[in-house]
Amino acid sequence: MESLSVIMTVYVFVLAIFVGFELISKVPPTLHTPLMSASNAISGITLLGALVVGGKEGGWEDLAKILGFAAIFFASLNVFGGYAVTDRMLQMFKRDKKSKKQES
Amino acid sequence: MDALVGILHADWFINLVYLVAVLLFVFGLKKLSSPRTARQGNTLSMSGMFTAIVITLFDKNIVSFEMIIIGIAAGAVVGIFMAKKVAMTSMPEMVAILNGFGGIGSALVALAEYYTGQNTITQDMIVYVTLNLSIIVGTLTFTGSVVAFGKLYGIIPGQPLIVTTSKIINVLLLLGSFVMATMLYSDITRIELLYGILVSACVLGITLVVPIGGADMPVVVSLLNSYSGIAVAMTGFVLHNNALIVVGSLVGASGIILTNIMCKGMNRSLANVLFGGFGTGDSGPAVAPKEGGVLQVAKSASPEEAAMVMDIAEKVIIVPGYGMAVSQAQHIVKKLADLLEKRGTSVKYAIHPVAGRMPGHMNVLLAEAGVEYDKLYDLEINDEFARTDVVIVIGANDVVNPGAKTNPQCAIYGMPVFDVENAKTVFVLKRSLNPGFAGIENELFFLDNTLMVFGDAKKTIENFVTSLEEMD
Repeated sequence: MESLSVIMTVYVFVLAIFVGFELISKVPPTLHTPLMSASNAISGITLLGALVVGGKEGGWEDLAKILGFAAIFFASLNVFGGYAVTDRMLQMFKRDKKSKKQES
Repeated sequence: MDALVGILHADWFINLVYLVAVLLFVFGLKKLSSPRTARQGNTLSMSGMFTAIVITLFDKNIVSFEMIIIGIAAGAVVGIFMAKKVAMTSMPEMVAILNGFGGIGSALVALAEYYTGQNTITQDMIVYVTLNLSIIVGTLTFTGSVVAFGKLYGIIPGQPLIVTTSKIINVLLLLGSFVMATMLYSDITRIELLYGILVSACVLGITLVVPIGGADMPVVVSLLNSYSGIAVAMTGFVLHNNALIVVGSLVGASGIILTNIMCKGMNRSLANVLFGGFGTGDSGPAVAPKEGGVLQVAKSASPEEAAMVMDIAEKVIIVPGYGMAVSQAQHIVKKLADLLEKRGTSVKYAIHPVAGRMPGHMNVLLAEAGVEYDKLYDLEINDEFARTDVVIVIGANDVVNPGAKTNPQCAIYGMPVFDVENAKTVFVLKRSLNPGFAGIENELFFLDNTLMVFGDAKKTIENFVTSLEEMD
């Protein structure tokens, strides 16, 4: 990678951390468990990298491909399990219709 | 047609679609700021993931789909099965193990890169460094999460195993893996060094988590959540993939924020949680320390007597703790609250940031039982205890210990706690007078307005409900 594109990646990294801090600090404590399972789900994004390794030329004797296969399995587990369990939790959160309390 | 395929294969196009996916993740997280929109946010996030996966499949380097199909299908089946089957009380275990899978997934991708790109990975310092970090952080997240899972599940004892040398061992393991990574840089074919790095990272994950006590698990689970994000971001650097870098940063930031909230909730520094060996869970004496030579004795009440007091109460606050999860009492708690509300009593819930075994654990359990989320309060409720008739403490201990405010000798001195002692009557539901997980005596139990109701929390509340129903 040429030096400018390295710097651009570092830009993305640093700015994304700031976006993360802004977004996450607005999540109310009552949703902290779904927040964690949702972040489990999105960290399955590593699947993108796994797909490229697992789908390259070669067969089951290729060690890199086997590693890619294992990575595809774990990352998919995170994506599907994480989203499904987050959805299951979030659908339980109900608001009291009679209550006049304003949401913060 | 060929032109279209050409665009789908183009790097610039794939990256543009990644940007869309990343925006969907960001909006999804933004909608998590309110329980009303949260579910919609999760769906947005899912569509972002779907978009990113589909466009990646057009990558020109992907030529065989056998492993992809089998891998995704197997992961999806196992993941969805776990998600459907897990009990809400076991959510900490679920999140802990998913943290681990996230970590190992990233480490495996980085390892595969080592094998495929031996000739190129040392040409770029950033790639080489992040590749090693991804392997180290991903692997230690995995083994650490497995230990955390074991502790939460009860396979591994929850007590902190205090090894006085553990701090030195951890530093040596980390330094050792850095040294091996440096040696590997000068001769990339020395595979035994890579194995050395892997083994040190595995052991490091274990030695980091084993010394930490069960009550400190919220901090550990949050921290490992953050590590799994960092591993993803490092893999993103290796692959020059901005989607991985952004998502890894978001998850890393999220874990750090939660870790910080948990530490503040206990008034301890992260270092103290990681190396303090706090939270023994040992049972202590059933009586309070002597005061002027006189033993203090806690007063107890029968469930029927407690129900009578609740019958005439106007304002009730319920303080749940880990004990509620252990005895699966959330549904009966909701039933009790419904009964009280039918009599015109106001019922609110006070949930401490570190109640339970992970951030937000109690909220999810109560939501499962059907408790509306606008009745759940944080430490903000503290002023209201003075105007409250009855406080019911269910399986919580340290978060209601007044010693944290008054007694500098108290191990949790300075930790923010609920001022439950200001209420007219406090019922503490507990199995016995043993101190809580922190192994500390609780002065609350010996106050004049505190009545202990001994027994299993679920059974006790069932008795409250029957007694109240009999009064109608």
